[in-house]
Amino acid sequence: MPDISVRGFAGKINCPNPFWLASAPPTNCGEQIMRAFDAGWGGAVWKTIGEPVTNVSSRYSATDWNGQRIMGFNNIELISDRPVEVNLREMAEVKKRYPKHAVIASLMVASNRESWHEIVARSEDAGADGLELNFGCPHGMSERGMGSAVGQVPEYAQMITEWVKEKARTPVLVKLTPNISDIRTIARAAKRGGADGLSAINTINSITGIDLETLTPRPDVDGKSSHGGYCGPAVKPIALNMVQQIMADPEAALPLSGIGGIGSWRDAAEFILLGCGTVQVCTAAMHYGYRIVEDMAEGLDNWMRSKGFNTIEDFRGLSIPKVTEWKHLNLNFKIVAHIDEQKCIGCDLCHIACWDGAHQCIHLDRVSGPVNGHVELHPIPAVRETESRTAVVETPVTRKEREAAVHGPYPTPLARIPRVDETECVGCNLCSLVCPVDQCITMVRVDTGLPPETWDERTRGAACSTQTPS
Amino acid sequence: MSTASLSDDPKLRERFADLKPALTAQAAVIEADRCLNCFDAPCTGACPTHIDVPGFIKRIASGNLRGSAMRILDANILGSSCSRVCPVDVLCEGACVMHRQNRKPIQIALLQRHAMDAFHDSGEPVPTAKPASRKLRVACIGGGPASLACAAELVRQGAQATIIERRPLPGGLNTYGVAEYKLRATDSLREVEMIRNMGVEFRFGEAIESAAALDALEAEFDCIFLGLGLGAMQQLGIPGEDKKGVINALELIAAYKVGHIREMSGTVVVVGAGNTAIDAANAARRLGAETVYLLYRRGEHDMSAFDFEYQHAKQEGVQFLWRRQPLAIRESEHGRLLLDTVQMQQVDTKLLPIPDSQFTVDCDFVVPAIGQSPLAQLIQDLRGVEVHNGRIVADLATGETGNPRYYAGGDCVNGGREVVDAVAGGKRAALAILKTAEAAHA
Repeated sequence: MPDISVRGFAGKINCPNPFWLASAPPTNCGEQIMRAFDAGWGGAVWKTIGEPVTNVSSRYSATDWNGQRIMGFNNIELISDRPVEVNLREMAEVKKRYPKHAVIASLMVASNRESWHEIVARSEDAGADGLELNFGCPHGMSERGMGSAVGQVPEYAQMITEWVKEKARTPVLVKLTPNISDIRTIARAAKRGGADGLSAINTINSITGIDLETLTPRPDVDGKSSHGGYCGPAVKPIALNMVQQIMADPEAALPLSGIGGIGSWRDAAEFILLGCGTVQVCTAAMHYGYRIVEDMAEGLDNWMRSKGFNTIEDFRGLSIPKVTEWKHLNLNFKIVAHIDEQKCIGCDLCHIACWDGAHQCIHLDRVSGPVNGHVELHPIPAVRETESRTAVVETPVTRKEREAAVHGPYPTPLARIPRVDETECVGCNLCSLVCPVDQCITMVRVDTGLPPETWDERTRGAACSTQTPS
Repeated sequence: MSTASLSDDPKLRERFADLKPALTAQAAVIEADRCLNCFDAPCTGACPTHIDVPGFIKRIASGNLRGSAMRILDANILGSSCSRVCPVDVLCEGACVMHRQNRKPIQIALLQRHAMDAFHDSGEPVPTAKPASRKLRVACIGGGPASLACAAELVRQGAQATIIERRPLPGGLNTYGVAEYKLRATDSLREVEMIRNMGVEFRFGEAIESAAALDALEAEFDCIFLGLGLGAMQQLGIPGEDKKGVINALELIAAYKVGHIREMSGTVVVVGAGNTAIDAANAARRLGAETVYLLYRRGEHDMSAFDFEYQHAKQEGVQFLWRRQPLAIRESEHGRLLLDTVQMQQVDTKLLPIPDSQFTVDCDFVVPAIGQSPLAQLIQDLRGVEVHNGRIVADLATGETGNPRYYAGGDCVNGGREVVDAVAGGKRAALAILKTAEAAHA
């Protein structure tokens, strides 16, 4: 029976599961956080506490894709607009009622030692289990010298982390902005400053789109907009890469709370496999409510059971060594596309994708051509389309005509099942990615008869051989 | 006569409400997004007019509705009526690859209707080449889909086209012969109006029934397209067929569509089991007939109607009398009709009456629906145009007949198929006419 609880994260944070709500609207007040804990969340990072701000009306916008709402989500909301004392009073109440859950105070104050010392002391007095320094907010606050203005300068990030550490008794997490050329520089600075852990990533600078009627970008605030922070499913690949960069760097690696497009147990498992000890969720909870955590906990538990993992630590970081530099990849590994004729539905998207977007090696000549043939001349796609659009076709009106359409051994007519020219296939995966049918196109390993060799080895060999004669 | 001369009858609208309601704008986008955008799409291949289905669907998804309609009209000028009347189960939607994954096919017909409705509502004209930029004048005999498609394509490419129709309204079966819950006569006329606005000329009430009339046409036009359709409905060939209360299926459908029949009551017997028989039977139900029988001399599995039409008729409450042959129609003493029938049986390949199985149906209307007879009169007068089994012999790909000045397409060539087949035939003939004319000038 797997145990998904978290023990001693960043030193001493405990919680019933690794799922935290990120510092954002879902953690705006105590009442919400208590409902979230009731729903099953393991922890919550309080909506960033600092000198109250005034927010604008119309704060969010989203990118929809292919009929799906909120592939990506953007906000121009600032930190908490509630007084510090109200937030802290409610935090004390939450901690009293939910002692086993993690409550983390996200903090952002003016860049001076006294302000930070004061907010740290007050938060810890309220019962916070840890502190998250918001060095990431990309809009509004950065114009006032806070948020990502701090998170983009390693020296500032280190200095403020040091100030906080002078005072803090609970673990200190530094939240990193992705709006920087190398996220590791700030992670290293935080580590030098004594941080106990990191949270990554914060939102990515964005303009989600422009209203083509009004010509105003979204969100529209009285005819104008401002760049915001992008999050949601669209940013997950970017976040995973940054998490991997941090965790693979000894000078940067710290206990990490992963953030960025997490909405399911699958996403969470991937962040944990790259080294995260906890994960934070915002957009998915804003889209569907706190209830999504039920399946996150259950699904992770079931997956761990199927893989034989008993604790989070059993699989945390297992995928880190599986990411390497390109130069260490085996150049003699070869795969080719294989199409399962029984599964093929004849959409021929692999054919056009390969012709226009890859290496012109998937052909529609199954009726005549050899299955694994040599290089041949094939009609270009446009010729085939023209042929079928000039054919004389009639509606089958009689019963006999309707029943005349007979197929061969496959569900799809053979003429529409594409053929892969394996001698030309470079194993790029494109066809298997565009194929709408699961497991119809698989990439099959081909034995090249060559021993593994990386670019690094090949060029080092070349360097050696040029040196040999001297 | 204006092409928009039918008044909108609210009662008719209520009784013959759309079989399938139109998609809302958002539902259309969601459905459009489902389309896989297949390469050399099977739906396009299955369409006789080869509408670029993924092309127009993806334009709906992107919000380019005008482009979507243009994509449809490029291939099929009657895209609007086809979206309503096409038997898509055996055409585009039947060919959708989604079937092979046990998923619902894309609702191509409803999406096409969505794009076309938006276009018609916008009132925009269809772009054409400069009028009369080609010195080519073509007469299209018959005002149905084949002639409309032929004339529209000619005008689009700068030639002149004149449609000659014997009835008072244009559109052929689109206007007079399609069940109102699929395509309203007013919608058919709206579509014809669009074609008229492209520059096609219309002459109504003019029947070409003599060699002299043909001579006159030959003198006035460079070539002639025959979009004649089929002839009158076939008769049952039994005694009593001239009695009051006997009305053939096409007459019945045309009569209610133009408002000459507004109600029916009592018992109606439709004889035949094709798609038109079903349209007539359903119409009788909707017009108020309490009992409607569809009587067919063969069995359920032999009927030529599409399966979805058969299912629809059952839902409408039509009852089926299988393997019954009508023998005679008599008048009862109460002024009703008595239809004498006999039970049939299949003996080897022959259909034979079962002795002593006579049965009389009391009814108020008998509606023969056993197909249209081939056109005979005019065709015989056409010089050099070969006629076989009542059909004009023409090259399917070009519409060329034995006479180089005559082209033909639609039902009069294919023996009676769908609107979309007529459109395809008319358009192919137009392209062949243009090509021949160009070669002659060159």
